[in-house]
Amino acid sequence: MTEQSRALVDTGSRLTHGRAVIDFAEEVGAEGPIAVVGGRTRWEVGGLPTVEPRLVSAPSGIVDYKPEEMVARVGAGTTVGELNAALSQHGQRSALPDRGGTVGGAVAVGENDRDVLRWGAVRNAVLQVTYVSAEGKVVSGGGPTVKNVSGFDLPRLVVGSLGTLGALAEVILRTNPLPAVSRWFRSQANPFDLYDQLLAPSCVLWDGSTTWILLEGYGPDVDAEAGRASEVGALTETEGPPDAPGPRRWSLPPGELRRFALDCSEPFLASIGVGTVLTTVVQDRGSSSPAVAAVHDRMKLLFDPSGRMNPGRNPEVR
Amino acid sequence: MSVLGSINRNIKSRLAGLGAGQLAESDDDRLVADLRHALSDDRVRFDGAERSLLSKDASVYRGGVAGPTCFPISTQEVQAIMRIAADHGRGVVPRGAGTGLSGGAIPLGAPIVVALTKMNQILDVDLDNRVAWVEPGVINLDLTRHLVPLGFHFAPDPSSQQVCTIGGNVANNSGGPHCLAYGVTNAHIEALEVVLPDGEVAMLGGLDPEPAGLDLRGVFVGSEGTLGIATRVAVRITKNRPAVKTLLLSFETIGDAADTVSGIIADGIVPAALEVMDQRITEAVENYVGAGYPKDAGAVLLAEVDGLAAGIEIDARRIEEIGRSHGATQVRIAADDAERALLWKGRKTAFGAIAQIAPDYYLHDTVVPRSELANVLAQVYEIAERHELIVMNVFHAGDGNLHPLLLFDGREEGVLERVHAAGREIVEASLDAGGVLSGEHGVGVEKQAYMNRMFSDDDLDHQDRLRRAFDPGCRANPGKVMPIGHSCADIQALRSVPTGVWG
Repeated sequence: MTEQSRALVDTGSRLTHGRAVIDFAEEVGAEGPIAVVGGRTRWEVGGLPTVEPRLVSAPSGIVDYKPEEMVARVGAGTTVGELNAALSQHGQRSALPDRGGTVGGAVAVGENDRDVLRWGAVRNAVLQVTYVSAEGKVVSGGGPTVKNVSGFDLPRLVVGSLGTLGALAEVILRTNPLPAVSRWFRSQANPFDLYDQLLAPSCVLWDGSTTWILLEGYGPDVDAEAGRASEVGALTETEGPPDAPGPRRWSLPPGELRRFALDCSEPFLASIGVGTVLTTVVQDRGSSSPAVAAVHDRMKLLFDPSGRMNPGRNPEVR
Repeated sequence: MSVLGSINRNIKSRLAGLGAGQLAESDDDRLVADLRHALSDDRVRFDGAERSLLSKDASVYRGGVAGPTCFPISTQEVQAIMRIAADHGRGVVPRGAGTGLSGGAIPLGAPIVVALTKMNQILDVDLDNRVAWVEPGVINLDLTRHLVPLGFHFAPDPSSQQVCTIGGNVANNSGGPHCLAYGVTNAHIEALEVVLPDGEVAMLGGLDPEPAGLDLRGVFVGSEGTLGIATRVAVRITKNRPAVKTLLLSFETIGDAADTVSGIIADGIVPAALEVMDQRITEAVENYVGAGYPKDAGAVLLAEVDGLAAGIEIDARRIEEIGRSHGATQVRIAADDAERALLWKGRKTAFGAIAQIAPDYYLHDTVVPRSELANVLAQVYEIAERHELIVMNVFHAGDGNLHPLLLFDGREEGVLERVHAAGREIVEASLDAGGVLSGEHGVGVEKQAYMNRMFSDDDLDHQDRLRRAFDPGCRANPGKVMPIGHSCADIQALRSVPTGVWG
């Protein structure tokens, strides 16, 4: 954290914004197309910029971290790796996936961690957002506490919006305690039966023939869970799952994975009980219904009338 | 001046500027005729008693007189109501069981009341996707009772769960004691079929983990009926807990109990529930249900851990140690399910138990950082004492979610003014400690006037944009959530207010 970012500026709301956020708002300004650059790890999601936008970078650094509250306030430009390293010193972690990118990128894209069954969805982890609006103003939504229903849910609107509604500057995230023990197992048994048998797996992955299971928690509980799973079929401890067979990410109802496996001729790695599939081909996700599309269009028009925020990207096209 | 009083005065003065006048009787007749044609004669009511009854919910706020009340039984009927409302330029207020505590379901401006209590079917339990499709009028506890034999339950468990509806839970993003570990309602809603204010039907969210597009489902949950009406809900179902341990810790002071809560969270334990009750409410509860709560303790902490067998033993032992290090005088562990049920019965019937002390109560709802619990609680007692009110505290301590109960007798001259003044100070104290306006009851009309104490004008302007993307005419539950002045279209929708209803 720089000395400069410690200076807090009063903008009228109860949340005082750091100098770094105010500077970022000036950088974003109120005119001309802009795109926020993070780690460029998911740069192509939702389409590439159509016009040549001015590239801006969000403030980085951990602004405030209270381990005893299990919340962290962090600049959107901070890398997820840096955040999780700081949290791990206090035995905690965030729900954001670490793929080398930034906190802002992870929130804007909204994809969940592989072990979402343990860490929870990204959309449930973002307690407060601060972003720069298309008019160049600093706007905050949500609140700093783990529970909050004060007003409309701007944080959930921002998660997965690909920066098309505002340029994310800062977020408050809830954190979770790290488990005492993490162990991977491998099995040739039916993955759906394994998943049903387990009480609290962190991750169950299947490539069509082999299943990898991540069990976490206190040691004796992990042993007991492994024992339960082995009632379905033999289990072998292993280093971890294989790399993803391809860069394409599918989102399916978990109940459709059986059929997906029958129909799919490409290599894949499916998350049982979740519905995420990594493979080589692009998912045909159809298009939004006219009613949903109308709400999307009005939302974009109200938040970004001139279409200057991340032009070319569309959260409806994944 | 009461909060609602000031809101009403504001609306009144603006209505005068807009030239709102008496609505012609024949307008109502035509509206009722159109609604009866779309539904049926017996499911559209417009008698004086019904309209007056529906001017209230479980809060202390009274709205205007309701317009016609409709009891739809299908999405198509809700759609028809929405379109008729648009044709007649009327607002629409959805209503479930009426247990809301922030005035979210009270009618402002003689809107059509859409009572969803007849849409109460559990449509499908889909174990492959671990969701249940339900209609909005299904009662929270009925759903869990239906699921438990299948090995599952619906995790959000507000204290009103015996009567409140899933639609109401969606509208208010309801919490409950077990939301500490499992998350509030929003984390348990996968998809929503909604009727938008223009009458279009939209499916928001989906059963897949990362649906394309903006998270309109997440935005709809907790929007208090201002974005449309949910007609079918896919709720996530949660596996029943393999093992549970419930502890009751007694303390000499509520500060010790609050510090224990901070200590538990700081230790990296996320229990299923952490509930604190102060001496007054514990005594009242004990007289009411006889659960074996210690009447002489300054406060009790009800802690519950669940999950796998070994972990809960470790966590329970650690909670006991942390409690004792903060001065716990007694630690009791429920020996069996019956004892656990009795302890929870005490906690969940707390609001019924207070009838023995005073005829009326005002239940507040704010959230503070957990480390600020002891500090803010001390202020709450001081505030109540200064206003000569009895206050009791029973709350979701693990979330920092305070629920101060101000007890009073409404027949006493001027007491409501003192209740509101104390309430205002409690909200201010919570905000000053880094907290928020509401943890689970919502804004409704209760907290509208406080919104600009938490948010800047630009923040509120963006909340207003979000709302208008769904409801350009601001006709869905008009006059709620956004503070007056931020949503002028709301005032347009209230133009048809019969004069005098704001008094």
